[in-house]
Parts: sequence; structure tokens; C-alpha cells
Amino acid sequence: MRKVIGLVLLIVVVAFVVYGVVALIHPFGYPSQSDMDDYIIDNAQNQTGSNNVVASVVFDYRGLDTLGEATILFTAVTGVLLLLRTLKHEEDRS
Amino acid sequence: MMESIPLNFPFLAAALLVGIALYIMLFKRNLIKLIMGVAMLASGVNLFIVALGYRAGGNAPIYTDVPPGPMVLSVPQALTLTSIVINVAVLALMLTMVVHIYRHTGDIDSEKSRKLRG
Amino acid sequence: MLSKIVRTVANQLMLFILIFGLYVIAHGHLTPGGGFQGGAVVVSGVVMLLVAFNAGELKKSLRERFLSIMESTGGLVFVVLAFAGLGTVFFYNFLVGSPIFGDIPIPGPNPGNLWTGGFIPLMNFAVGLKVVAGLSAVVLALALFTSGEEMEE
Repeated sequence: MRKVIGLVLLIVVVAFVVYGVVALIHPFGYPSQSDMDDYIIDNAQNQTGSNNVVASVVFDYRGLDTLGEATILFTAVTGVLLLLRTLKHEEDRS
Repeated sequence: MMESIPLNFPFLAAALLVGIALYIMLFKRNLIKLIMGVAMLASGVNLFIVALGYRAGGNAPIYTDVPPGPMVLSVPQALTLTSIVINVAVLALMLTMVVHIYRHTGDIDSEKSRKLRG
Repeated sequence: MLSKIVRTVANQLMLFILIFGLYVIAHGHLTPGGGFQGGAVVVSGVVMLLVAFNAGELKKSLRERFLSIMESTGGLVFVVLAFAGLGTVFFYNFLVGSPIFGDIPIPGPNPGNLWTGGFIPLMNFAVGLKVVAGLSAVVLALALFTSGEEMEE
């Protein structure tokens, strides 16, 4: 019974996704709106002074996202190192 | 030649990856296979985001010795970088939990290790 | 621990992997790359050493205290550079135009100039330190836990 419900749900979701990708999206290679990216490509060398436009987007135009991502990396490393310790008195109890 | 790719093939490949990942997550019981399904879902979404920002006949958005022509969009590539790092963090935490479940209950079947033990 | 040939080759190859990773981190504002990508290259070299030697052998060289200090330094440098331009906005690029890293490149396609970029090269180093220390600590902790030992005595 659960497998039948799962199969129906999977077919509905995959059909919707494939229809959206084939019929409802812009053709591949011709993006519909690119005003923000044109401004960034034209002005990145003057305002930030670097040749790499992607690096200037990651660290200068959208630096707050990189700050949040560094925080996530720090939290994940702390969580993993916290979970992988064996306490000394746990071996006496079990 | 690259101006007319019929049926939007890169978007279709990303949709296929998402469909296979959903099938794995719904119908498999082994915990390691569930983690692989999550990783495949993340790969499908990253491919879709990068394929959204392609311009026909464009070059990489870097000004060092670039041949003349238009440049592809640069903001989707920056967002994909952040997404990849976040997926690595989530996968690392999931793998440590699977290691702990195996050490406490002895098998990695998701139906058998459901009930809490006192 | 694998055989003597594998251990010797891994020792010699680690130097080249480290140099290539530092090149990708340091030229992040001229060529494709940056902090995250170069950090992943160096971590793959550490994983190669983990496979060639046992995890217990590698724990004597990479102690937990050293990795923890390295990651915290990377995070602190990142936040201090973000706060240093607070006179205008948070995260303002205050080094464009100043004599440290402040040249403006020639507009259009050009061979790159290393002393451009504002504070982007410094932030690349900070993020690279953070990624190297964090991911190699995670890989080392997983290998030690499944072989029965602990991370610190």
C-alpha cells in the first residue's frame, strides 16, 4: 500500500518537473533577464579592481553570503568533532 | 552550431538526476544508499543552477587573456559555489550519525533501527 | 600501512600537491580558483597521506591543537577584514586605490597584474586556511573513530 502511494507521488512529481523543463523555461543559451549580470560584468574591473568577476561577486558584491557560508562550515566541523569522541566512563558503563 | 540545442538537453539531464534521486530516497532502506540519494539530489540542483546562466557562444567571465565575444552570466556560478560547500557540511554530519547508529545497533537497515532503546 | 614504495612516492608527491594548491589559492583574483577550490586541492593531498600511512601515524604529525588554531585564525582574519571598512559600509573594499593591493587593471582583456584586487587576495588566504584545517580535521576524526582510537589523548 505504501509502495503504491510512493509510486504515484513519484510519477506526479517527475512529470511536473519534466514538463516545466521542456515547455515552461527559456531556451538554453538565451537567458530572459540579464540586467544585473550585465552591470556587474561591465563595472567589476573599475569598482573592485580584480580580473576574476566570479571572485569579485563572491567576496565583494555578495560578501554577506560568504560570511554565512564560513559560519556554516565552522559549525559543521565543530559538530562533527564533538560527536566523534568517546568519553572515558562510557566504557565502564557498557 | 551551438545555437540550437533541441529540447533543452542540460535542463532535462538535471531533471533526470532529480528524478532518480527521489526514487532512491523513497524506495531504498539501506542508510548509505539514502545518503547517496541526497548527494545526487544536490548534484542535480547544482547542475540546473549553472545551466541557467549560459549564453550561446560565450566565454568564461574572467578578463585575463579572454578571446573576444560575450561572457556568460556570473552570479549563478557564485551561488553554486556556496551551495556545494553547504552540501559538503550536511553530508559530513549525516555520515557521523550513520557511524554512531552502526556502533549502537549493529546494522544499517532503516526499518530495524527505528525504535529507541532504554 | 601500505608498502614502502607507496609510502615514499606519497611523501614526494605531497610537496607538488601543496604547491599547486597554494598557487590556486593565491591567484584567485586572476585565474579561475580562489579560497574554496584551492583548499579542496590541499585536502585531497592530506587524504592521500591518510591512505598511504595509517591514521595513528598521521595523528603524530597533525595534532588537533594546531588544526584548531589554524581554523580560528582564518575565521578571525575574515571577520576583521570585513569590519575594517565600516567607515562607509560593512564589507566595503577599502584597499582599492591604496598602495598595498590597490592597482586598477587595464580595462578589457589584459594579461593579469598580481597587485590588483583590493582585499580579495587576503580573504582568499583566510578562507583557504579555514577550509584546509576544517576538512582535514573532519577526515582525520572519521578515520580515527572507526579504527578504535581517539582524537586527543
